[in-house]
Amino acid sequence: MAPDSLTFIFLNAALINNFVLALFLGLCPFLGVSAKKETAWNMGLATMFVMLVSSVSAYGINWLLTLLKIEFLRLICYIAVIASAVQLVEMVLKRFSPILFRALGIFLPLITTNCAILGLALFQTNREYDFLQSIAFCIGAGVGFTLALMLMASLREKLALAKVPTVAQGAALSLMLAGLLSLAFMGFAGLGGSHA
Amino acid sequence: MNRVQPTAPLPETPTFAMLRTLAGIAMLAGLLVVLVFQWTRPIIEENKRIAIEHAVSKVVPGAVTKRDFILGPDGLHAVDGGTAPPGERIYLAYDGSGRFIGVALEAAAAGYQDVIRILYGYDPVCQCVTGIKVLKMAETPGLGDKIAFDPAFLKNFAALDGTVDPQGGTLQNAIVTVKHGTKHQPWQIDAISGATISSNAIGRMINASAQRMFPLIIRYLDELKRGSVPADKPDGGGR
Amino acid sequence: MTGQLIRQEQVTPDTFLRGLWEENPVFVMMLGLCPVLAVTNSTINALAMGLATTFVLVSSGALISLLRNLIPKQVRIATYIVIIATFVTIVDYLIQAISLDLYNALGAFIQLIVVNCVILGRAEAYASKQKLPAAVVNALGMGAGFTLALLCLGTVRELLGAGSILGFHLFSANFEPWVVMVLPPGGFFVLGSWLLLFEYLKQRRARKAEAAAEVMAHGS
Repeated sequence: MAPDSLTFIFLNAALINNFVLALFLGLCPFLGVSAKKETAWNMGLATMFVMLVSSVSAYGINWLLTLLKIEFLRLICYIAVIASAVQLVEMVLKRFSPILFRALGIFLPLITTNCAILGLALFQTNREYDFLQSIAFCIGAGVGFTLALMLMASLREKLALAKVPTVAQGAALSLMLAGLLSLAFMGFAGLGGSHA
Repeated sequence: MNRVQPTAPLPETPTFAMLRTLAGIAMLAGLLVVLVFQWTRPIIEENKRIAIEHAVSKVVPGAVTKRDFILGPDGLHAVDGGTAPPGERIYLAYDGSGRFIGVALEAAAAGYQDVIRILYGYDPVCQCVTGIKVLKMAETPGLGDKIAFDPAFLKNFAALDGTVDPQGGTLQNAIVTVKHGTKHQPWQIDAISGATISSNAIGRMINASAQRMFPLIIRYLDELKRGSVPADKPDGGGR
Repeated sequence: MTGQLIRQEQVTPDTFLRGLWEENPVFVMMLGLCPVLAVTNSTINALAMGLATTFVLVSSGALISLLRNLIPKQVRIATYIVIIATFVTIVDYLIQAISLDLYNALGAFIQLIVVNCVILGRAEAYASKQKLPAAVVNALGMGAGFTLALLCLGTVRELLGAGSILGFHLFSANFEPWVVMVLPPGGFFVLGSWLLLFEYLKQRRARKAEAAAEVMAHGS
């Protein structure tokens, strides 16, 4: 598979270099909102939505900054645009789809400080993806994030009934679980390179 | 501190004050960033130049200086910030006395974890690859990352055959990675046992780049030797 | 820091030490975990990341503390983020100027310092309310605590995963490195283990205190 084919970029972002389990982006929601499958699913959807919006805007911003030769303002512009994009998404949802807003609303402010979003924008710039590649990368990242969140939530729902030593309750156990998941995801490595 | 505005609990801040603060902060931020950017830019560019020169001297033995060009199907182009001419960036390498001794090229392919990027050298006289250096990779430590430093593997690239077919625009023999211990031909790469995918990726990326670029290098060898861009300025040749 | 009652704080050793241990941003508050796990596969990366974050913490804390009476409440978060992003951009260029190798090793994670919740958290909860000296000292403490946590992970992961510390090999040649430790799962495992250790120590201390209290109660 060519390194710049859309399939490779998608698989790479979703599985091989999963945003949460291999790049450690978006850990706060991963540990914070993964106690129940339903909330995890909604959080995943909201993140994917914001990712799409900010990926497209980051692409536009980068084009503009490169045109004006002021790339050194990139970081400041990205973070400002992402924060406004989240606000915008919130307002649009509130106006046009109150049901969706009720489901996703409380997660939206949390997403602004989610490093997965800024990470996505920065990575797509660093790797010099074109527009379609950016979209593939962003959908892959969103799918990977949701997948990791759902897997974690399912595991934790099962664990809720298990007897755990008192020292291991809480964050330590979640991290160990995440480590095991991350180990499992390493098995996806080689998906892109094995076929010429 | 001074009382710039009344600090009653949750005062009604006028829109003007908000705008003034935001604009002020934005200007301060811009000023700071520009200052630091101007101050560090020459140092960063110097660092980058040293890093690339170091890499070039590794893949083209004996190289001391290098010059950047772009080589495309219609010949050699100068690198200037403006319009990008068709082709790929190459580095012409010169030894201490300023003699042209080889070309360094970049190549990339998907490895085991992520994209692997390398720089490799090509000697147009012996028509062979003279060395590789991994620029960027995320291969498994202890297994795949051996492609960067395993001496036995790197020996493959000391004189890897890349002879160009005089008729067609391709190589006489495609460069391939073969199973560990089965290298018989000078255009074969002996894989690292236990790191097949990473070794294959190196072979694939060199072959793809070589099939594209080696015939061009041979065809425009005179221009490369002159080290200058013809056509645009007819009187600009010679050194 | 509870509520609006404490307006200004005196600078005491505790202003600094709190960040190091009691309110350690990583081990106690669980903030800013992305860089903690992502760049700690070697000691030198961990140290560089810690210092870069400390620089941003201190300089943004100082500026926000100086401007605290000028920033209207409604736009404060936007202002903080712009200030933080400015200093992160500065650090980004400084690291590129100091060492390109280091810059390439840390990658985009330098720029991701912007969304490190420790910094925005400190700006909102402390620097925006305190005078300059207190804000700077507290930020230094938090930065030191963050760096300490990164080093805790970095040294363990490099020692087990590569058999070295700061690039110096410590074991004999027949030591087989635990490669998994420098890979992503190792980050989760090592941080989890540190948390287990701290939780164990905390519970043991609580049990001892309880036992001591009981002895006291019986004695009197």
